[in-house]
Amino acid sequence: MTKIIVDGNEVDVPPEYTLLQACEAAGAEIPRFCFHERLSIAGNCRMCLIEVVGMPKPQASCALAVRELPPNKDGTPKILNTRTPMVKKAREGIMEFLLINHPLDCPICDQGGECDLQDQSMAYGVDATRFAENKRGVEDKYIGALVKTSMNRCIQCTRCVRFATEIAGVPELGAIGRGEDMEITTYLETAMTSELQGNVVDLCPVGALTSKPYAFAARPWELNKTESIDVMDALGSAIRVDSRGREVMRILPRVNEDVNEEWISDKTRHVIDGLRTQRLDQPYIRDNGKLRPASWSEAFAAISAKLKTTSIGRTGAIAGDLASTEEMFALKDLLTRLNIKNLDCRQDGSRLDPAWGRASYIFNPSVAGIEQADALLIIGSNPRKESAVLNARIRKRWRAGKFPVGVIGEKADLTYTHDYLGAGIETLTDVIGGKHAFADILKKAERPMVIVGQGALSRPDGAAIASLAAKAAVELGTIKDGWNGFAVLHSAASRVGGLDIGFVPGQGGLRASEMAVSGALDLVFLLGADEIEMARGTFVVYIGSHGDRSAHRADVILPGAAYTEKSGIYVNTEGRVQMANRAVFPPGEAREDWAILRALSEHLGQKLSYDSLSALRTAMFKAHPHLQHLDEIAAGEPGDVRKLAGLGGAADKGVLRSCVEDFYMTNPIARASAVMAECSALAEGAATMTAAE
Amino acid sequence: MANRRLAPPEKQPDSFAFTKENLDWAKVLIARYPEDRQQSAVIPLLWRAQEQHHGWLPQKAIENVAQMLGMAYIRVLEVATFYTMFLLSPVGKKAHVQVCGTTPCMLRGSDGIIKACKDRIHHDPFHVSVDGNFSWEEVECLGACVNAPMVLIWNDTYEDLTPENFNKVLDGFAEGNPPKPGPQVDRQFSAPVGGATTLKTVKA
Repeated sequence: MTKIIVDGNEVDVPPEYTLLQACEAAGAEIPRFCFHERLSIAGNCRMCLIEVVGMPKPQASCALAVRELPPNKDGTPKILNTRTPMVKKAREGIMEFLLINHPLDCPICDQGGECDLQDQSMAYGVDATRFAENKRGVEDKYIGALVKTSMNRCIQCTRCVRFATEIAGVPELGAIGRGEDMEITTYLETAMTSELQGNVVDLCPVGALTSKPYAFAARPWELNKTESIDVMDALGSAIRVDSRGREVMRILPRVNEDVNEEWISDKTRHVIDGLRTQRLDQPYIRDNGKLRPASWSEAFAAISAKLKTTSIGRTGAIAGDLASTEEMFALKDLLTRLNIKNLDCRQDGSRLDPAWGRASYIFNPSVAGIEQADALLIIGSNPRKESAVLNARIRKRWRAGKFPVGVIGEKADLTYTHDYLGAGIETLTDVIGGKHAFADILKKAERPMVIVGQGALSRPDGAAIASLAAKAAVELGTIKDGWNGFAVLHSAASRVGGLDIGFVPGQGGLRASEMAVSGALDLVFLLGADEIEMARGTFVVYIGSHGDRSAHRADVILPGAAYTEKSGIYVNTEGRVQMANRAVFPPGEAREDWAILRALSEHLGQKLSYDSLSALRTAMFKAHPHLQHLDEIAAGEPGDVRKLAGLGGAADKGVLRSCVEDFYMTNPIARASAVMAECSALAEGAATMTAAE
Repeated sequence: MANRRLAPPEKQPDSFAFTKENLDWAKVLIARYPEDRQQSAVIPLLWRAQEQHHGWLPQKAIENVAQMLGMAYIRVLEVATFYTMFLLSPVGKKAHVQVCGTTPCMLRGSDGIIKACKDRIHHDPFHVSVDGNFSWEEVECLGACVNAPMVLIWNDTYEDLTPENFNKVLDGFAEGNPPKPGPQVDRQFSAPVGGATTLKTVKA
């Protein structure tokens, strides 16, 4: 530790701290544009200049470490000043240079009101210009469907370039030209292909990169901000939902170091136009093959009439990927009261079973734990598509060095180098048997990890593969004191919550895939389940928010609320319990799903005993106490993984494919979004181009 | 200095590949750098590509070099657009004239050379003459100030120019018979014009 005096306050900081960090540790605020905590240091904006007593010129505090300061001859601590006239004059000079070529766009700029340059010019800007020459003009660039450019405003901080290269791992942005003519662009203005590209909009300290779908839509000060949780993948990224009136205007990331740091994927950010279109805003009943609008009581009566004529054994329920834990709990409660045993929350056919214990189906090492791992084996998963932000965390660990990654499954560009071991079970068996060189790497590692994807587990032989993966985890030494490296990567936000509350077939009940086949069921309740196709002949009751696949198939539609329109608990892939909050109200006659189930239960003669969401939660917490500890993970028992390893079973050959083919089209909300459709088409175009080359 | 962009698609060749000799040379060069640091070879490779490709750098050459070094295309484009010595659009087949316009040359009459270029080649720099044989640009100091004004054509400098003897230089290139590089007046290197003025008695 080194003593240092900042504005008269003495602080003790580690010598590797930069002066900027040291100043912040002392409580001084340093303005900056190019510096960002999670990116490499560029030191090119010069806004963070401070005075170091003993050095004749002001110093860029972001790029100078405490240990690099020449010591005072008498051994006294170095003195830094951040508020002297010299510092103020230096920063004013920098600001004047930055503003020379910055257009006076603020009234028509989308960044207005949340612009670093605007804010800092309040402190360091001068109100007049001394620059009489021509200003620089920069052509706007096309860099994709999500990021709008207005390059006259660019101050060339290169945050976006560093983000694309370092965090996203897709080096597509760059700075061409030099000096005054330096311009930020992609190679020949092709669209960016990263799933995280939307984050460059947040990083841009000025209005050069703004959100294309959000262009000219709202001003930051007129938005209501609701802190919530994302449901587009199983990571449960922390988000802030900005709404105006009844409409969600945009979604931004919140900082959660344990989950998403400060990034979110493009699907999380730009799915919002899907919340406005294809919405179910009133109940429907199918009459003579056609859906017609109906009242709630009509719809409930139709369901109750159907239930009366259907045998309980031929009735079932499937919960979808976006369902909150509360509504699944309420539905399970209702089904239990009706003595229905056919229920499942695993519409993709995954064989994970809560009976195996919690450690068998959660991401045991935790997302933040990836940074402690020192070797990784990925089985049947493409984390880049299944959870883009989690993939960025793996990349972060990989960038730190000495992190061998092996992949069994499909070949894919994961943004980090990896050993491609093979496609199927044979390779996995080889690795377990120690016949593969990568087995030694894992065995020698202190904290190895095994990630298993849903693509592998949702095959018909998923149980055997789960056991095999667990065996790999055990045999390769990923389970040790204080470290459980067996990580199941889910793709559905609802899944871990569903498994936690046991939303799986009862004794003798049918699994989702068995319910879907022809002749299995006469009546099925789909709680937002759109990724499964029910056979003809089954009477389908669809409770959900969007007119997607299952709504087209449904006989009765009960309009529910989307994730921004209800408060609900979601358990992410790590098993972390998080609560999403309501930002806006559901459209038309749509209601929150738990309330629909509560009303339905009354019509079915099995009234649920809770009249409010808090009463429902109390009942749920009583049955599953770990769900009440928000933002905590109830750790799984490592013994469960060992038990799972012992289950055995015969696994078939064939490639272990990822469960996500099209990143932008994984759920009903995304499929309703025009922006996601455009991204999907762009991604497909890029894919065919690569194939053609 | 204006914005530097790649030449429009209609001027770009369909493909670019190093010749066998250049490829062998490139392999030796790349091997000089340690593993993971071989991107350092980007500038010499681009330069050799430009030499091979009639003095300018097409898009395909940039991509070719990027693939050879395992770099993203944009990284190589950054380098190619940063350094003005990389010419991104077609230049004259027989000569691309780089006229020094920095202060010493300007004081010694580089304006006249530039005017000669404008009259004879094209009004604007980086434009190829009508016959396709010549192009010109103004560059910063090329380090031959004692013999100002001067121009650089391909790898050779032509010094002590006046519009008259500069036109003779260009005539030489037009005929495919370039004059001897160096001073175009009666002197050796930067020795006095017309022969020695001092130390005449010293015998060699």
